[in-house]
Amino acid sequence: MPPRTMIERIFAAHLRDPNEPVEPGRTVWINIDVRSARDFGGASVVAHLERHYAEKPVEDTLKTVFTFDCNAPATTSGYADNQQKCRIFAREHGVKLCDVDQGIGSHLMIEQGYAQPGATVVGTDSHMNILGAVGCFGQGMGDQDIAFVWANGYTWFEVPETVKIIVKGVLQFPVSAKDVTLHLCGELGTTKVLGKAVEFYGDAIYRMTLEERITLASMATEMGAIIALIPPDEMLKDFDGAPYDPMDYLLYRADDDAQYADVLTFDITDLQPLVARPGSPNDVVPVADVAGQRIDTAFIGSCTNGRIGDMEAALFFLKRAARIKEGRTLKVVPATRMVYTQMLKRGILEAFNDVGAIVQSPGCGGCAAGQVGITGEGEVQVSTSNRNFKGKQGKGLTYLASPATAAASIVEGELVDPREVLK
Amino acid sequence: MNRPLVLSGRCWVVRTPDGGRIDDIDTDMIFHNSHLHITDIREMGQYAFGNLPGWQDFPKKAREGDILVVGHNFGCGSSRQQAVDCFIALGIQAIVGESFGAIYKRNAINSGLPILTCPGILDSSVQSGDELKIDLDNSTIENISRSMKFDKVEPFSKVQRDIYLAGNLFALK
Repeated sequence: MPPRTMIERIFAAHLRDPNEPVEPGRTVWINIDVRSARDFGGASVVAHLERHYAEKPVEDTLKTVFTFDCNAPATTSGYADNQQKCRIFAREHGVKLCDVDQGIGSHLMIEQGYAQPGATVVGTDSHMNILGAVGCFGQGMGDQDIAFVWANGYTWFEVPETVKIIVKGVLQFPVSAKDVTLHLCGELGTTKVLGKAVEFYGDAIYRMTLEERITLASMATEMGAIIALIPPDEMLKDFDGAPYDPMDYLLYRADDDAQYADVLTFDITDLQPLVARPGSPNDVVPVADVAGQRIDTAFIGSCTNGRIGDMEAALFFLKRAARIKEGRTLKVVPATRMVYTQMLKRGILEAFNDVGAIVQSPGCGGCAAGQVGITGEGEVQVSTSNRNFKGKQGKGLTYLASPATAAASIVEGELVDPREVLK
Repeated sequence: MNRPLVLSGRCWVVRTPDGGRIDDIDTDMIFHNSHLHITDIREMGQYAFGNLPGWQDFPKKAREGDILVVGHNFGCGSSRQQAVDCFIALGIQAIVGESFGAIYKRNAINSGLPILTCPGILDSSVQSGDELKIDLDNSTIENISRSMKFDKVEPFSKVQRDIYLAGNLFALK
């Protein structure tokens, strides 16, 4: 067998035709282990299935799941109608449904054990490649693509080239995994790994918790990568969600002599807290360069920074003041009900409430349809999410930052380097 | 389905009003998330480029058979199929670009909309209104109006060709 990168290994293990060669540039048909759809796109998936596959719309109900996270609970009649269409379809066909109370679908995939190392998982969420955090091939797709997979159980992929990225060095608190992620978004831009798979190595990666790996993997999309795979290791066993089988850590590693399109090395030892300036996740500068910029709103949450560790990091800075700056708002949305429950039990909900935050039920919160509110013309937001394209979260301007930077900034009412607060 | 392997039509070059490059056009600029509840393709055309400065009147100006010419990383961002379907609704015949967001490219392929990667085309002398001729099997694009030929077009994969000829992914047997 030829030496293989991680994605080549995963594809080779899922070939419909086991004799097909798996080489970069070739298109192969791949079996899909888990097929999902969200409320965004879900109704279109249902419409395609009813139109094109009325006889047998779901190839395997045990491998198929709806997750509602985009506008949860629905705040527009369009979303409400679409969610109800999915609910009716789920009931009729015996498909599992994680309703509007459960949280972000891609995170549920990890918590509930759908996303296993080496597995293939698809959904209508463009950040489904977040599953690379556990060494799983997750892929976001459009509704036609997903309908085809629901009905057939397989789809096509072009085998991408792989770029190996080595991240070395020790992070200096309060510099965080988000700062590493933004650093890579800035350095890689949208060209260096566009259409490629990424594999992450290096001591900085090995030390990252699963939550931190989720942050890193979540922004592969903003780097233009198909997926960023982190080789699974012992770190997965500390996770509160579904258990992982340690045997899987070995099975889906790349071969030592695998072929890479490029090898890039980054040292993060002296990394500063960073922000992405409004308009592009790849327009990244040190917070210090824009310090003093007035901030009206902060958002803490999203699939990038909606885990309990993100909430605790934010709270560390919020608790240093009695409350956030007068005339400002802080919106907090945990990624999932599991995170919400952890916040409740650890007194974090109460602490957020005490400093003046709005905490909402789990979901995509400030990112997607904006059920936690959008920004108005001239409003400036600091957000822990992953996209700040013009008009995405309202007419205002959005800076992307870490939970520490967002929290420290909303306390001051302006962008601040969280290290300054600690002096 | 009988579909041509050589296409020709008038093109729209997606640049700024003063002729500058536009790269990284994301799906919110193509089809804004405030219209995501729309599932009927016939309603989608009117919102194409609704959030791209200088291009909001595109749905009124586009004609059946037109070809789009775009820059680098076109269609990055969310996975919404509508960002492809809104162009199909307007009768856009093909999209030629320097590179595409991965999901966007898939969605176009699955919809049977020819999407071609042609490095350098946005920096060429091509202008809106030029007549382009696209040969899918030979991977060439010709600017008829300016007698220019682009040979470095990424070839159609077999799957892409099969889906295109079938009409779309669902019609593929």
